[in-house]
Amino acid sequence: MIEFSLDSRSGVSPYLQVVHQVRHALRLGLLREGDQLPTVKDVVARLAINPNTVLKAYRELERDGLVAARPGVGTFVTRTLADTSLAAHEPLRRDLRRWFAKARLAGLDDESIEALFTSTFRTAQQDIA
Amino acid sequence: MTAVVRAEGLGKRYGRRWALHDCTLDIPSGHVTGLVGPNGAGKTTLLSLAVGMQAPTTGSIEVCGGRPAASAEQLAKVGFVAQDTPTYARLSIAEHLELGARLNPRWDHQLARDRVDRLGLDPKQRAGKLSGGQRAQLALTLGLAKRPELLILDEPVASLDPLARREFLQTLMEAVAEYELSVLLSSHVVSDLERVCDHLVVLVDSEVRVEGEVEDLLATHIRLTGPLRDVHALPSDQHVVSASHTDRQSTLVVRTSSAVLDPSWSVTALGLEDLVLAYMQAPDESRASRALEVLR
Repeated sequence: MIEFSLDSRSGVSPYLQVVHQVRHALRLGLLREGDQLPTVKDVVARLAINPNTVLKAYRELERDGLVAARPGVGTFVTRTLADTSLAAHEPLRRDLRRWFAKARLAGLDDESIEALFTSTFRTAQQDIA
Repeated sequence: MTAVVRAEGLGKRYGRRWALHDCTLDIPSGHVTGLVGPNGAGKTTLLSLAVGMQAPTTGSIEVCGGRPAASAEQLAKVGFVAQDTPTYARLSIAEHLELGARLNPRWDHQLARDRVDRLGLDPKQRAGKLSGGQRAQLALTLGLAKRPELLILDEPVASLDPLARREFLQTLMEAVAEYELSVLLSSHVVSDLERVCDHLVVLVDSEVRVEGEVEDLLATHIRLTGPLRDVHALPSDQHVVSASHTDRQSTLVVRTSSAVLDPSWSVTALGLEDLVLAYMQAPDESRASRALEVLR
């Protein structure tokens, strides 16, 4: 079971935040096929948000074929987003950590690291496209 | 979808002052509707008309398909938690529940007792000895155990501390999920409502300024910032909600459903709070015309 949290200053609508958090958990293998999502009532009681927000998020996940609602029981994961690349995550994470350590050593602060990372990420995306 | 509150040309006058004027509303059922506006805008008047504690001066209002407080059956459909969540100070919690059971035909004993248990309250305690947060929770419990179709709350969280506020809204949202009830609640603090409401009514100076689904409102309102500009020269599908000008720059909040094509504007999205504030400060004509003079 995963727990949701909301960032009210992110500017991202609450329902999208829930969708993102489920997709994120699916991608990282935190949620697998057959796992149950928290019930609407649980999410609502925890976050003090409108039930329709949660329903909307779950419906969107259902439309994307990631979860299925079983009436009276709950909502279950039907497909995972963690593909075969999951095995490659760990070595990649180690490389990235090493890179961060290097950047730190070179005297970059958080903001510069983030800027460098994002801009490189963007250029790399363009190269692929 | 059926309307849970429908008003046509609704107005209420106290002496020579209109507390509510020409109010037309259509609030669909199954929603949590926030009624926002500054103090004195007419929120409490609108709510007490909806509950039937007052009769309208002009126009009509229908709640859950009937005239407010017209019959016992109608009374059972609508729950009301008044401002500052009042309770009877000298009565114990158990006596409050007893009173609720005797006065309400659809009273849900189990719900009331479970809620009191979960709040960790002693049924023998007098309401006067409860903290503000506990008293609010007791008033909410009474409102929920009545099992209404529509629960109306007037500024329910205004006097609560942040923790009690969160707990109160958690309970309320849980009940919405469980019993599929519609809720209409007022507040002058928009941030309290941002997470819980999916429908919004903005009331300013006794009039409804805007009403709609929160997501639609957020999708159709934007802030434009750019060089000083005459607001009357905008494309016809851009409705100006608020405008402010300096000698060089114009900042507008506009309502539009199409994309802004003019490249000289920088366009930013608007949060719910900014959106409501924009409606509270109506476009200032005098300043707009002064800006025009600068342009000439």
